Amino acid sequence: MKSKIMLLVMIVSCFFLQCTLFKSISLASITPNLLLILCVSMGLMRGKKSGIFVGFFSGLLIDVFYGTLPGFYALLYMYIGYLSGFFYKIYYDNTLRVPAAMVAVGDLFYGLAVYGLQFLLRSRLNFGFYLMRIIIPELLVTVIWTVILYRFFYQINHRFQDTDRKERNTIWLVK
Amino acid sequence: MKKKQQFYLKSKHILVLMTLLCVSMIAAAFSAGFSTQGMREMAGTVVIPFEKAINTIGGFLVEVQKDFEDKQALQDENEKLKEKIETLTTENNALIQQQGELARLKELYELDQEYSQYPKVMAKIISKDPGNWYNTFIIDKGTADGIQKDANVLAGTGLVGIVTEASSHWSTVRAIIDDSSNVSAMTTSSSDTCVIEGDLQLIDEGKLRFSQLYDEEDKIQVGERMITSNISDKFLEGIFVGYISEITFDDNNLTKAGTIVSPVDFRHLREVLVITTLKQNLGTGNTADEQTQEGEPEPDEE
Repeated sequence: MKSKIMLLVMIVSCFFLQCTLFKSISLASITPNLLLILCVSMGLMRGKKSGIFVGFFSGLLIDVFYGTLPGFYALLYMYIGYLSGFFYKIYYDNTLRVPAAMVAVGDLFYGLAVYGLQFLLRSRLNFGFYLMRIIIPELLVTVIWTVILYRFFYQINHRFQDTDRKERNTIWLVK
Repeated sequence: MKKKQQFYLKSKHILVLMTLLCVSMIAAAFSAGFSTQGMREMAGTVVIPFEKAINTIGGFLVEVQKDFEDKQALQDENEKLKEKIETLTTENNALIQQQGELARLKELYELDQEYSQYPKVMAKIISKDPGNWYNTFIIDKGTADGIQKDANVLAGTGLVGIVTEASSHWSTVRAIIDDSSNVSAMTTSSSDTCVIEGDLQLIDEGKLRFSQLYDEEDKIQVGERMITSNISDKFLEGIFVGYISEITFDDNNLTKAGTIVSPVDFRHLREVLVITTLKQNLGTGNTADEQTQEGEPEPDEE
Protein backbone atom coordinates (compact mmCIF):
# COMPACT_ATOMS: atom_id res chain seq x y z
CA MET A 1 0.00 0.00 0.00
CA LYS A 2 2.76 2.36 1.01
CA SER A 3 4.57 1.73 -2.24
CA LYS A 4 1.38 2.27 -4.26
CA ILE A 5 0.94 5.68 -2.67
CA MET A 6 4.61 6.38 -3.31
CA LEU A 7 4.09 5.53 -6.98
CA LEU A 8 1.07 7.80 -7.29
CA VAL A 9 2.92 10.68 -5.64
CA MET A 10 5.85 10.16 -7.99
CA ILE A 11 3.61 10.05 -11.06
CA VAL A 12 1.88 13.28 -10.11
CA SER A 13 5.15 15.04 -9.22
CA CYS A 14 6.79 13.98 -12.47
CA PHE A 15 3.73 15.14 -14.37
CA PHE A 16 3.64 18.63 -12.97
CA LEU A 17 7.40 19.03 -13.07
CA GLN A 18 7.33 18.10 -16.74
CA CYS A 19 4.53 20.56 -17.47
CA THR A 20 5.95 23.50 -15.58
CA LEU A 21 9.55 23.63 -14.43
CA PHE A 22 11.02 21.51 -17.22
CA LYS A 23 9.04 23.48 -19.79
CA SER A 24 10.56 26.75 -18.65
CA ILE A 25 14.14 25.45 -18.50
CA SER A 26 13.88 23.45 -21.73
CA LEU A 27 16.59 23.89 -24.36
CA ALA A 28 15.48 24.45 -27.95
CA SER A 29 11.93 23.89 -26.71
CA ILE A 30 12.55 20.20 -26.12
CA THR A 31 11.30 18.86 -22.80
CA PRO A 32 12.57 15.59 -21.34
CA ASN A 33 9.92 12.93 -20.97
CA LEU A 34 10.06 12.43 -17.20
CA LEU A 35 6.96 10.25 -17.09
CA LEU A 36 8.57 7.88 -19.55
CA ILE A 37 11.70 7.68 -17.39
CA LEU A 38 9.47 6.87 -14.42
CA CYS A 39 7.56 4.17 -16.33
CA VAL A 40 10.70 2.51 -17.60
CA SER A 41 12.52 2.63 -14.27
CA MET A 42 9.54 1.28 -12.35
CA GLY A 43 9.08 -1.45 -14.94
CA LEU A 44 12.72 -2.37 -14.56
CA MET A 45 12.79 -2.18 -10.78
CA ARG A 46 9.37 -3.56 -9.92
CA GLY A 47 8.21 -5.69 -12.81
CA LYS A 48 5.56 -5.75 -15.50
CA LYS A 49 2.58 -5.06 -13.28
CA SER A 50 4.04 -1.92 -11.80
CA GLY A 51 5.11 -0.92 -15.28
CA ILE A 52 1.51 -1.24 -16.47
CA PHE A 53 0.18 0.59 -13.42
CA VAL A 54 2.62 3.51 -13.62
CA GLY A 55 2.32 3.72 -17.39
CA PHE A 56 -1.44 3.72 -17.35
CA PHE A 57 -1.78 6.45 -14.74
CA SER A 58 0.96 8.65 -16.22
CA GLY A 59 -0.67 8.41 -19.61
CA LEU A 60 -4.10 9.01 -18.15
CA LEU A 61 -2.92 12.25 -16.53
CA ILE A 62 -1.69 13.52 -19.89
CA ASP A 63 -4.93 12.40 -21.53
CA VAL A 64 -7.08 14.11 -18.94
CA PHE A 65 -5.29 17.43 -19.11
CA TYR A 66 -3.90 17.66 -22.62
CA GLY A 67 -5.11 14.76 -24.67
CA THR A 68 -7.46 15.11 -27.56
CA LEU A 69 -8.17 11.40 -27.48
CA PRO A 70 -8.77 9.97 -23.99
CA GLY A 71 -6.86 6.72 -23.59
CA PHE A 72 -4.22 7.24 -26.25
CA TYR A 73 -1.31 8.21 -24.04
CA ALA A 74 -2.49 5.80 -21.34
CA LEU A 75 -2.20 2.98 -23.85
CA LEU A 76 1.18 4.11 -25.09
CA TYR A 77 2.82 4.58 -21.69
CA MET A 78 1.25 1.37 -20.44
CA TYR A 79 2.91 -0.65 -23.16
CA ILE A 80 6.25 1.04 -22.57
CA GLY A 81 6.00 0.19 -18.87
CA TYR A 82 4.97 -3.35 -19.63
CA LEU A 83 7.75 -3.94 -22.14
CA SER A 84 10.40 -2.60 -19.79
CA GLY A 85 9.01 -5.00 -17.19
CA PHE A 86 10.41 -7.86 -19.26
CA PHE A 87 13.85 -6.85 -18.07
CA TYR A 88 12.81 -6.93 -14.45
CA LYS A 89 15.29 -8.76 -12.22
CA ILE A 90 17.65 -9.47 -15.08
CA TYR A 91 19.23 -6.06 -14.68
CA TYR A 92 17.97 -5.18 -11.25
CA ASP A 93 20.77 -3.10 -9.83
CA ASN A 94 21.74 0.52 -9.93
CA THR A 95 24.01 0.56 -12.92
CA LEU A 96 22.88 3.06 -15.47
CA ARG A 97 23.56 1.51 -18.84
CA VAL A 98 20.49 -0.70 -19.07
CA PRO A 99 17.93 1.87 -17.85
CA ALA A 100 19.44 4.48 -20.17
CA ALA A 101 19.24 2.10 -23.13
CA MET A 102 15.69 1.10 -22.19
CA VAL A 103 14.61 4.72 -21.92
CA ALA A 104 16.17 5.42 -25.32
CA VAL A 105 14.26 2.54 -26.87
CA GLY A 106 11.07 3.51 -25.05
CA ASP A 107 11.30 7.13 -26.11
CA LEU A 108 11.99 6.14 -29.70
CA PHE A 109 8.93 3.92 -29.58
CA TYR A 110 6.91 6.77 -28.05
CA GLY A 111 8.09 9.28 -30.65
CA LEU A 112 7.42 6.94 -33.55
CA ALA A 113 3.99 6.06 -32.19
CA VAL A 114 2.95 9.69 -31.75
CA TYR A 115 4.29 10.56 -35.19
CA GLY A 116 2.77 7.52 -36.86
CA LEU A 117 -0.64 7.72 -35.27
CA GLN A 118 -1.18 11.43 -34.92
CA PHE A 119 0.96 13.13 -37.54
CA LEU A 120 1.39 10.67 -40.38
CA LEU A 121 -2.34 10.06 -40.41
CA ARG A 122 -2.87 13.78 -40.96
CA SER A 123 -0.54 13.49 -43.98
CA ARG A 124 2.47 15.13 -42.34
CA LEU A 125 4.89 13.17 -44.48
CA ASN A 126 8.20 14.86 -43.78
CA PHE A 127 9.42 12.13 -41.43
CA GLY A 128 13.06 13.25 -41.58
CA PHE A 129 12.20 16.62 -40.12
CA TYR A 130 10.18 15.23 -37.24
CA LEU A 131 12.86 12.65 -36.51
CA MET A 132 15.64 15.23 -36.36
CA ARG A 133 13.69 18.04 -34.75
CA ILE A 134 11.59 16.21 -32.15
CA ILE A 135 12.23 12.50 -31.76
CA ILE A 136 16.05 12.38 -31.60
CA PRO A 137 16.53 15.54 -29.46
CA GLU A 138 13.82 14.37 -27.06
CA LEU A 139 15.50 10.97 -26.87
CA LEU A 140 18.88 12.51 -26.05
CA VAL A 141 17.54 14.91 -23.44
CA THR A 142 15.47 12.15 -21.84
CA VAL A 143 18.47 9.80 -21.66
CA ILE A 144 20.55 12.52 -20.01
CA TRP A 145 17.84 13.03 -17.41
CA THR A 146 17.63 9.27 -16.89
CA VAL A 147 21.28 9.27 -15.88
CA ILE A 148 20.50 11.98 -13.33
CA LEU A 149 17.20 10.62 -12.04
CA TYR A 150 17.51 6.83 -12.11
CA ARG A 151 19.57 6.55 -8.95
CA PHE A 152 17.12 8.82 -7.19
CA PHE A 153 14.15 6.67 -8.28
CA TYR A 154 16.10 3.59 -7.23
CA GLN A 155 16.67 4.95 -3.73
CA ILE A 156 13.03 5.94 -3.30
CA ASN A 157 11.81 2.59 -4.56
CA HIS A 158 14.18 0.71 -2.31
CA ARG A 159 13.05 2.64 0.75
CA PHE A 160 9.32 2.16 0.12
CA GLN A 161 9.35 -1.43 -0.99
CA ASP A 162 6.61 -3.42 0.74
CA THR A 163 7.37 -6.40 2.84
CA ASP A 164 4.89 -8.55 0.93
CA ARG A 165 6.55 -7.51 -2.24
CA LYS A 166 9.88 -8.70 -0.92
CA GLU A 167 8.26 -12.01 -0.11
CA ARG A 168 6.89 -12.30 -3.60
CA ASN A 169 10.33 -11.58 -4.99
CA THR A 170 11.78 -14.51 -3.11
CA ILE A 171 9.04 -16.78 -4.44
CA TRP A 172 9.83 -15.53 -7.88
CA LEU A 173 13.45 -16.50 -7.39
CA VAL A 174 12.55 -19.99 -6.19
CA LYS A 175 10.49 -20.53 -9.32
CA MET B 1 -3.87 -11.03 1.94
CA LYS B 2 -6.23 -13.86 1.09
CA LYS B 3 -8.37 -11.55 -0.93
CA LYS B 4 -5.38 -10.55 -2.96
CA GLN B 5 -4.62 -14.17 -3.75
CA GLN B 6 -8.13 -14.71 -5.08
CA PHE B 7 -7.92 -11.86 -7.51
CA TYR B 8 -4.43 -12.64 -8.60
CA LEU B 9 -4.06 -11.95 -12.28
CA LYS B 10 -1.09 -12.44 -14.54
CA SER B 11 0.42 -9.29 -15.92
CA LYS B 12 -0.50 -10.25 -19.48
CA HIS B 13 -4.13 -10.43 -18.49
CA ILE B 14 -3.96 -7.09 -16.78
CA LEU B 15 -2.36 -5.69 -19.90
CA VAL B 16 -5.14 -7.07 -22.08
CA LEU B 17 -7.82 -5.72 -19.75
CA MET B 18 -6.25 -2.29 -19.54
CA THR B 19 -5.75 -2.22 -23.30
CA LEU B 20 -9.43 -2.96 -23.75
CA LEU B 21 -10.23 -0.16 -21.32
CA CYS B 22 -8.09 2.33 -23.23
CA VAL B 23 -9.38 1.23 -26.60
CA SER B 24 -12.96 1.50 -25.41
CA MET B 25 -12.24 5.01 -24.12
CA ILE B 26 -10.84 5.97 -27.51
CA ALA B 27 -13.79 4.35 -29.26
CA ALA B 28 -16.24 6.08 -26.94
CA ALA B 29 -14.57 9.41 -27.60
CA PHE B 30 -14.92 8.86 -31.32
CA SER B 31 -18.47 7.63 -31.40
CA ALA B 32 -20.31 9.23 -28.52
CA GLY B 33 -18.14 12.23 -27.72
CA PHE B 34 -17.19 10.76 -24.36
CA SER B 35 -15.30 13.40 -22.43
CA THR B 36 -13.00 13.25 -19.47
CA GLN B 37 -14.69 16.22 -17.83
CA GLY B 38 -15.40 14.43 -14.53
CA MET B 39 -11.86 13.11 -14.27
CA ARG B 40 -10.52 16.53 -15.17
CA GLU B 41 -12.34 18.18 -12.29
CA MET B 42 -11.11 15.56 -9.86
CA ALA B 43 -7.51 15.41 -11.02
CA GLY B 44 -7.38 19.15 -11.39
CA THR B 45 -8.11 19.87 -7.75
CA VAL B 46 -5.01 17.87 -6.88
CA VAL B 47 -2.64 18.93 -9.61
CA ILE B 48 -3.53 22.53 -10.41
CA PRO B 49 -2.49 24.16 -7.09
CA PHE B 50 0.90 22.44 -7.33
CA GLU B 51 1.29 23.55 -10.89
CA LYS B 52 0.56 27.13 -9.92
CA ALA B 53 3.25 27.00 -7.24
CA ILE B 54 5.82 25.24 -9.39
CA ASN B 55 5.16 27.66 -12.20
CA THR B 56 6.09 30.55 -9.95
CA ILE B 57 9.44 28.88 -9.30
CA GLY B 58 9.82 28.20 -13.01
CA GLY B 59 9.16 31.86 -13.71
CA PHE B 60 11.84 32.82 -11.24
CA LEU B 61 14.34 30.49 -12.93
CA VAL B 62 13.52 32.03 -16.29
CA GLU B 63 14.39 35.43 -14.84
CA VAL B 64 17.72 34.06 -13.62
CA GLN B 65 18.37 32.48 -16.99
CA LYS B 66 17.65 35.79 -18.67
CA ASP B 67 20.32 37.49 -16.56
CA PHE B 68 22.87 35.06 -17.94
CA GLU B 69 21.93 35.67 -21.52
CA ASP B 70 25.18 36.58 -23.24
CA LYS B 71 26.47 38.07 -26.43
CA GLN B 72 25.19 35.20 -28.53
CA ALA B 73 21.64 35.77 -27.41
CA LEU B 74 21.92 39.47 -28.10
CA GLN B 75 23.34 38.81 -31.54
CA ASP B 76 20.52 36.45 -32.27
CA GLU B 77 18.06 39.04 -31.12
CA ASN B 78 19.74 41.62 -33.31
CA GLU B 79 19.36 39.34 -36.29
CA LYS B 80 15.75 38.74 -35.45
CA LEU B 81 15.13 42.45 -35.12
CA LYS B 82 16.75 43.06 -38.51
CA GLU B 83 14.46 40.47 -39.97
CA LYS B 84 11.58 42.20 -38.28
CA ILE B 85 12.61 45.53 -39.77
CA GLU B 86 12.54 43.94 -43.18
CA THR B 87 9.10 42.53 -42.66
CA LEU B 88 7.93 45.82 -41.26
CA THR B 89 9.34 47.76 -44.19
CA THR B 90 7.63 45.51 -46.66
CA GLU B 91 4.47 45.69 -44.71
CA ASN B 92 4.75 49.46 -44.47
CA ASN B 93 5.13 49.75 -48.22
CA ALA B 94 2.13 47.58 -48.75
CA LEU B 95 0.20 49.60 -46.22
CA ILE B 96 1.01 52.91 -47.85
CA GLN B 97 -0.13 51.53 -51.16
CA GLN B 98 -3.35 50.30 -49.76
CA GLN B 99 -4.11 53.07 -47.32
CA GLY B 100 -6.83 54.63 -49.37
CA GLU B 101 -8.37 51.34 -50.16
CA LEU B 102 -8.16 50.30 -46.54
CA ALA B 103 -9.93 53.35 -45.25
CA ARG B 104 -12.78 52.75 -47.62
CA LEU B 105 -12.97 49.08 -46.81
CA LYS B 106 -12.77 49.72 -43.10
CA GLU B 107 -15.84 51.84 -43.34
CA LEU B 108 -17.50 49.15 -45.33
CA TYR B 109 -16.67 46.31 -43.03
CA GLU B 110 -16.79 48.26 -39.81
CA LEU B 111 -13.53 46.73 -38.76
CA ASP B 112 -12.90 49.59 -36.40
CA GLN B 113 -15.23 47.85 -34.03
CA GLU B 114 -12.61 45.14 -33.97
CA TYR B 115 -12.32 43.27 -30.75
CA SER B 116 -11.96 46.09 -28.27
CA GLN B 117 -15.67 45.87 -27.67
CA TYR B 118 -15.63 42.32 -26.33
CA PRO B 119 -15.30 41.69 -22.60
CA LYS B 120 -11.99 40.04 -21.76
CA VAL B 121 -10.48 38.20 -18.82
CA MET B 122 -6.77 38.09 -18.12
CA ALA B 123 -5.35 34.67 -17.31
CA LYS B 124 -1.92 33.28 -16.50
CA ILE B 125 -0.42 30.27 -18.21
CA ILE B 126 0.33 27.77 -15.48
CA SER B 127 1.50 24.73 -17.37
CA LYS B 128 2.24 23.53 -20.86
CA ASP B 129 1.86 20.33 -22.81
CA PRO B 130 4.31 17.78 -21.38
CA GLY B 131 5.29 16.43 -24.79
CA ASN B 132 7.10 18.11 -27.62
CA TRP B 133 4.56 17.49 -30.34
CA TYR B 134 1.74 19.84 -29.50
CA ASN B 135 1.31 23.38 -28.28
CA THR B 136 -1.43 23.39 -25.74
CA PHE B 137 -1.36 25.00 -22.34
CA ILE B 138 -3.43 25.39 -19.21
CA ILE B 139 -4.56 28.79 -17.91
CA ASP B 140 -5.60 29.57 -14.37
CA LYS B 141 -9.14 30.76 -15.14
CA GLY B 142 -12.18 28.68 -15.94
CA THR B 143 -15.95 28.68 -16.13
CA ALA B 144 -16.10 30.44 -12.76
CA ASP B 145 -14.54 33.46 -14.44
CA GLY B 146 -16.80 33.33 -17.46
CA ILE B 147 -14.55 31.32 -19.76
CA GLN B 148 -16.33 28.73 -21.87
CA LYS B 149 -15.27 26.16 -24.40
CA ASP B 150 -14.41 27.76 -27.79
CA ALA B 151 -13.60 31.12 -26.21
CA ASN B 152 -10.96 33.00 -28.20
CA VAL B 153 -7.61 33.71 -26.58
CA LEU B 154 -5.48 36.77 -27.39
CA ALA B 155 -2.14 38.17 -26.31
CA GLY B 156 -1.15 41.75 -26.91
CA THR B 157 -2.11 42.29 -30.49
CA GLY B 158 -2.78 38.91 -31.98
CA LEU B 159 -4.76 35.74 -31.77
CA VAL B 160 -3.19 33.07 -29.55
CA GLY B 161 -5.64 30.21 -29.65
CA ILE B 162 -8.90 28.76 -28.54
CA VAL B 163 -10.18 27.19 -25.34
CA THR B 164 -10.65 23.48 -25.98
CA GLU B 165 -11.77 22.41 -22.51
CA ALA B 166 -13.05 24.58 -19.69
CA SER B 167 -13.23 23.43 -16.08
CA SER B 168 -14.31 25.48 -13.11
CA HIS B 169 -10.93 27.01 -12.28
CA TRP B 170 -8.72 26.27 -15.23
CA SER B 171 -9.01 25.70 -18.95
CA THR B 172 -6.99 24.10 -21.69
CA VAL B 173 -6.04 26.30 -24.61
CA ARG B 174 -4.81 25.13 -27.98
CA ALA B 175 -2.44 27.62 -29.58
CA ILE B 176 -2.88 28.52 -33.25
CA ILE B 177 0.69 27.32 -33.89
CA ASP B 178 -0.33 23.85 -32.71
CA ASP B 179 -0.02 21.34 -35.50
CA SER B 180 -3.68 20.39 -35.29
CA SER B 181 -5.04 23.92 -35.26
CA ASN B 182 -7.05 25.39 -38.14
CA VAL B 183 -8.33 28.95 -38.27
CA SER B 184 -10.54 30.38 -40.93
CA ALA B 185 -9.07 33.74 -41.85
CA MET B 186 -9.34 36.49 -44.45
CA THR B 187 -7.21 39.25 -45.86
CA THR B 188 -7.95 42.79 -44.71
CA SER B 189 -7.81 44.44 -48.11
CA SER B 190 -9.93 42.08 -50.18
CA SER B 191 -11.68 39.86 -47.62
CA ASP B 192 -10.55 36.74 -49.43
CA THR B 193 -10.84 33.83 -47.09
CA CYS B 194 -8.24 31.19 -46.42
CA VAL B 195 -7.36 28.61 -43.82
CA ILE B 196 -4.46 29.18 -41.42
CA GLU B 197 -2.92 26.03 -40.05
CA GLY B 198 -0.31 25.53 -37.38
CA ASP B 199 2.69 23.59 -38.57
CA LEU B 200 5.31 22.00 -36.36
CA GLN B 201 7.87 22.43 -39.13
CA LEU B 202 7.47 26.21 -39.08
CA ILE B 203 7.30 26.72 -35.32
CA ASP B 204 11.01 27.43 -34.98
CA GLU B 205 10.68 30.32 -37.40
CA GLY B 206 7.60 31.55 -35.55
CA LYS B 207 5.43 31.13 -38.61
CA LEU B 208 2.15 29.54 -39.57
CA ARG B 209 0.96 28.14 -42.87
CA PHE B 210 -2.02 29.36 -44.83
CA SER B 211 -3.69 27.76 -47.80
CA GLN B 212 -6.76 27.90 -50.04
CA LEU B 213 -6.48 31.64 -50.57
CA TYR B 214 -8.41 32.53 -53.71
CA ASP B 215 -6.66 35.44 -55.33
CA GLU B 216 -7.11 35.38 -59.07
CA GLU B 217 -5.84 38.88 -59.77
CA ASP B 218 -2.69 38.59 -57.68
CA LYS B 219 -3.77 41.46 -55.47
CA ILE B 220 -2.54 39.97 -52.22
CA GLN B 221 1.07 40.79 -51.45
CA VAL B 222 3.63 39.98 -48.82
CA GLY B 223 2.88 42.03 -45.71
CA GLU B 224 -0.87 41.74 -46.02
CA ARG B 225 -2.69 41.66 -42.67
CA MET B 226 -4.64 38.51 -41.96
CA ILE B 227 -7.62 38.58 -39.62
CA THR B 228 -10.08 35.93 -38.53
CA SER B 229 -12.88 35.65 -41.03
CA ASN B 230 -16.55 36.37 -40.82
CA ILE B 231 -17.47 32.83 -41.80
CA SER B 232 -15.57 31.15 -38.98
CA ASP B 233 -17.95 29.53 -36.55
CA LYS B 234 -15.60 29.63 -33.58
CA PHE B 235 -13.38 32.67 -33.97
CA LEU B 236 -14.84 36.13 -33.59
CA GLU B 237 -14.51 38.23 -36.69
CA GLY B 238 -11.60 40.62 -37.17
CA ILE B 239 -9.03 39.32 -34.70
CA PHE B 240 -5.55 39.97 -36.02
CA VAL B 241 -3.65 36.74 -36.79
CA GLY B 242 -0.48 37.87 -38.56
CA TYR B 243 1.23 39.21 -41.64
CA ILE B 244 1.83 37.26 -44.82
CA SER B 245 5.54 36.62 -45.22
CA GLU B 246 5.57 34.36 -48.25
CA ILE B 247 3.12 33.49 -51.03
CA THR B 248 3.20 30.47 -53.32
CA PHE B 249 0.61 28.44 -55.15
CA ASP B 250 -1.35 25.61 -53.62
CA ASP B 251 -0.86 22.14 -55.06
CA ASN B 252 -3.95 22.67 -57.21
CA ASN B 253 -2.41 25.80 -58.83
CA LEU B 254 -5.68 27.69 -58.39
CA THR B 255 -5.56 28.91 -54.85
CA LYS B 256 -2.58 30.30 -53.00
CA ALA B 257 -0.68 29.14 -49.97
CA GLY B 258 2.22 30.48 -47.98
CA THR B 259 3.41 31.44 -44.53
CA ILE B 260 2.29 33.97 -41.97
CA VAL B 261 4.27 35.66 -39.21
CA SER B 262 2.38 36.00 -35.98
CA PRO B 263 3.02 39.04 -33.75
CA VAL B 264 2.75 36.82 -30.68
CA ASP B 265 5.88 35.36 -29.07
CA PHE B 266 4.50 31.95 -28.22
CA ARG B 267 7.58 30.64 -26.48
CA HIS B 268 7.68 33.36 -23.87
CA LEU B 269 4.00 33.78 -23.40
CA ARG B 270 3.08 34.20 -19.72
CA GLU B 271 -0.26 35.98 -19.70
CA VAL B 272 -3.15 35.88 -22.12
CA LEU B 273 -6.51 37.59 -22.57
CA VAL B 274 -9.58 35.45 -23.02
CA ILE B 275 -12.65 36.90 -24.73
CA THR B 276 -15.69 35.75 -22.80
CA THR B 277 -18.10 36.33 -25.67
CA LEU B 278 -18.50 33.34 -27.93
CA LYS B 279 -18.99 33.57 -31.66
CA GLN B 280 -21.90 31.14 -31.44
CA ASN B 281 -23.76 33.39 -29.01
CA LEU B 282 -22.87 36.50 -30.94
CA GLY B 283 -24.47 35.09 -34.07
CA THR B 284 -27.93 34.95 -32.55
CA GLY B 285 -28.20 38.63 -31.72
CA ASN B 286 -26.08 40.11 -34.44
CA THR B 287 -26.64 38.24 -37.65
CA ALA B 288 -27.33 41.19 -39.90
CA ASP B 289 -23.76 42.35 -39.54
CA GLU B 290 -22.36 39.14 -40.88
CA GLN B 291 -24.71 38.83 -43.77
CA THR B 292 -23.53 42.06 -45.34
CA GLN B 293 -20.32 40.41 -46.42
CA GLU B 294 -19.90 37.94 -49.13
CA GLY B 295 -17.25 35.33 -49.06
CA GLU B 296 -16.78 31.97 -50.61
CA PRO B 297 -17.68 29.46 -47.97
CA GLU B 298 -14.41 27.65 -47.48
CA PRO B 299 -13.90 24.51 -45.41
CA ASP B 300 -13.86 25.76 -41.87
CA GLU B 301 -12.28 24.72 -38.62
CA GLU B 302 -11.82 21.15 -37.64
